[in-house]
Amino acid sequence: MSLITFDPARVPTFQVAAKSLLGDTQMRKNVRHATDVIQGKRKIVVDEMPDWQQLRESGRQIKEHTLKHLDHYLQQFEENCTKAGGVVHWARDAAEARAIVIDLVKQSGSNEVIKIKSMTTEEIGLNKGLEAVGVHAYETDLAELIIQMGNDLPSHIVVPALHKNRQQIREIFKREMNLPNLGDKPADLAEAARTFLREKFLRVKTGVSGANFLIAETGGVCVTESEGNGRMCLTLPETLITIAGVEKVIPRYQDLEVFLQLLPRSATGERMNPYNSIWTGVHPTDGPRSFHIVLMDNARTKILADDEARQTLACIRCGACQNICPVYRQTGGHAYGSVYAGPIGAILTPQLQEMHSGQSLPYASSLCGACYEVCPVKINIPEVLIHLRHKVVEQDTQGFGALNPEALAMKAMAMLFTSERRFRAAQRMGRMAERPLVNKAGWVTWLPGLLGGWTQVRDLHEMPRQTFREWFEQRGATDGK
Amino acid sequence: MAYHDWDVSNRVRNYFRNFFVDATQEHRLRVSLFITCYNDTLFPDTGKAVVQVLERLGHTVVFPAGQTCCGQMHWNTGYQEEALPLLARFVSQFKDAEAVVIPSSSCVAMMREHYLKMAEKIGDKQLIADVEDLLPRVWEFSEFLTKKLGLTDVGAYFPHRVTYHASCHGLRSLGLGDGPVTLLRSVKGIQLVEIKNLEQCCGFGGTFAVKNAEVSSAMLGEKVQAILNTQAELCTACDNSCLMHIEGALHRQRTGVKTLHLAEVLAGTESGAR
Ligand code: SF4
Repeated sequence: MSLITFDPARVPTFQVAAKSLLGDTQMRKNVRHATDVIQGKRKIVVDEMPDWQQLRESGRQIKEHTLKHLDHYLQQFEENCTKAGGVVHWARDAAEARAIVIDLVKQSGSNEVIKIKSMTTEEIGLNKGLEAVGVHAYETDLAELIIQMGNDLPSHIVVPALHKNRQQIREIFKREMNLPNLGDKPADLAEAARTFLREKFLRVKTGVSGANFLIAETGGVCVTESEGNGRMCLTLPETLITIAGVEKVIPRYQDLEVFLQLLPRSATGERMNPYNSIWTGVHPTDGPRSFHIVLMDNARTKILADDEARQTLACIRCGACQNICPVYRQTGGHAYGSVYAGPIGAILTPQLQEMHSGQSLPYASSLCGACYEVCPVKINIPEVLIHLRHKVVEQDTQGFGALNPEALAMKAMAMLFTSERRFRAAQRMGRMAERPLVNKAGWVTWLPGLLGGWTQVRDLHEMPRQTFREWFEQRGATDGK
Repeated sequence: MAYHDWDVSNRVRNYFRNFFVDATQEHRLRVSLFITCYNDTLFPDTGKAVVQVLERLGHTVVFPAGQTCCGQMHWNTGYQEEALPLLARFVSQFKDAEAVVIPSSSCVAMMREHYLKMAEKIGDKQLIADVEDLLPRVWEFSEFLTKKLGLTDVGAYFPHRVTYHASCHGLRSLGLGDGPVTLLRSVKGIQLVEIKNLEQCCGFGGTFAVKNAEVSSAMLGEKVQAILNTQAELCTACDNSCLMHIEGALHRQRTGVKTLHLAEVLAGTESGAR
């Protein structure tokens, strides 16, 4: 079963990974199809909302306010959750979070856990950590189950198996569940998963979940999902362990009114999530006997301290930015080398790794702005991308790095642009330098070095004999300036 | 207010209203053209077309000679320090302009989205004030026609089958919306065909096209296919940077389909049909 994880130290750069993934035509077809379908559904249920823009603004403001007072709301959450019988744990980083969860599972006396889909547990590589101490984790979300059984990696934050089509899923189930006659209709696959999972739900005594929202005012936790398998994991086990990033807290119960409209419409194109589970601590006659929640930092407070990047933490993980992204559409999620792919991954991943890796990700965007337009909490992703690019350039141009070809070219260009005389000279020189590369018909079909990427699939028309300013001057109407 | 006073003030107001309406009709703008570095060097015909259209409408075009580049490439690639002096240069060249017209939606977006922040980074109070003062007078070419001048018909003639590509910056940062298409619809002789997935990026993205050449190409491939499906003779847009990228593939693939900036379409007239 799947124990592979994205290893930040080993994953190739986006450019390299994307290049090889672009050759996987089946995967690209699956991604195009799936994102088109979800986008289409989203558009219908968003366009029907007269107050969608106000809702987005409310969502943004609630998140901004919460992040400004994060310490306050976290303490309030801890207090209220504890009062209701939950046990709150704090983890500085992924390793600490893993250790706490592993410890709690051991204490629960179980060597198996059932899991709700949770990107946070993927972020910290929890399954691998559990397996190392002899605890087996069963993923119960259909898409996560496919990933786990296929020994694969998630490629999307809402639909982790988005890159697989039905036939491929059927093959995985046939093999792993030993069902040689399995059909490939959605109902067949769902039935196979149900039979497989039911037994686990009824047998396994410990559950592990993530969280969509932590409600400071009540100490409650909210998980939204479409399948109902999450509800099983939250209610049937004796011990429930939830792990959440500290940014998941919201001030009031009433704030859910905003987010439970924004999230399902953006994520799956549903008006409401079929299952919205909210629980507060433990209850003597129902649900788990003991409830633990691990609140994890893992670089989030570093992001919080960065004025220009802070908005990254407002993300409610709806995946809308992934579905609309024209880059993700071509490469799929694995190119990003992280459980967080697409535009949100491009800004979140390098920051979670404190800019020690993932430096190619802020460049994995044409800055088209489609992500910003659909984001339900109005995260200006292009703005954060540009901010992170600056950080990458600062890293890359330190010491001898200042001599890298790109930096030198950029510096040279800047020199030209700061003087009219130099700029004009460069325009003239460009025409001359280009001449050997221009063919008879007036086109450049090959460029050297950094610019070679251009002529891989594109021609470039030759530079005109006269620049615009030369023409304008000739015309004798230049402003006196 | 006494009836008498009201009557007088009303008459005075009417007098001035007529005066102002006449004056507005007579009013010819002195437009400062910021051509942008790449249009200047690679697409002079676009600049000529802008001049032609604006002069045909009765306005005067001036060209501050010290202009170079808006700084977009540096800023968006992460070279912020290199971009900062270009902001000050732009402001010094254009701060007294009545209106600045720029035939490149991404350069205008660069200014609207980042110039104020850049001025704050520099920390020069005067510069901040100048930027705040200047930005409302900066227009992308098509929005200058539709929003500032309130025009839809600029008296153009262009007898060709054309499709319009909405550049991302024009579409999302500037909110050009239907503006450019309304201008095109009023062009005599034109056969306008809509492209599928109008809002999907063509994959240019400045240095992205070189840094992530393969992904950019894949995105371009989808756009080129969509253009070919329209069976248009040419593809127009408010941004030559997208068009240069699209033209590059249309030419490499020997499709025979051409690209042309919106200004060049609007510059066409019956006497001098392009
Ligand atoms: S960044 Fe915005 S659109 Fe993307 S997943 Fe987060 S909330 Fe959704």
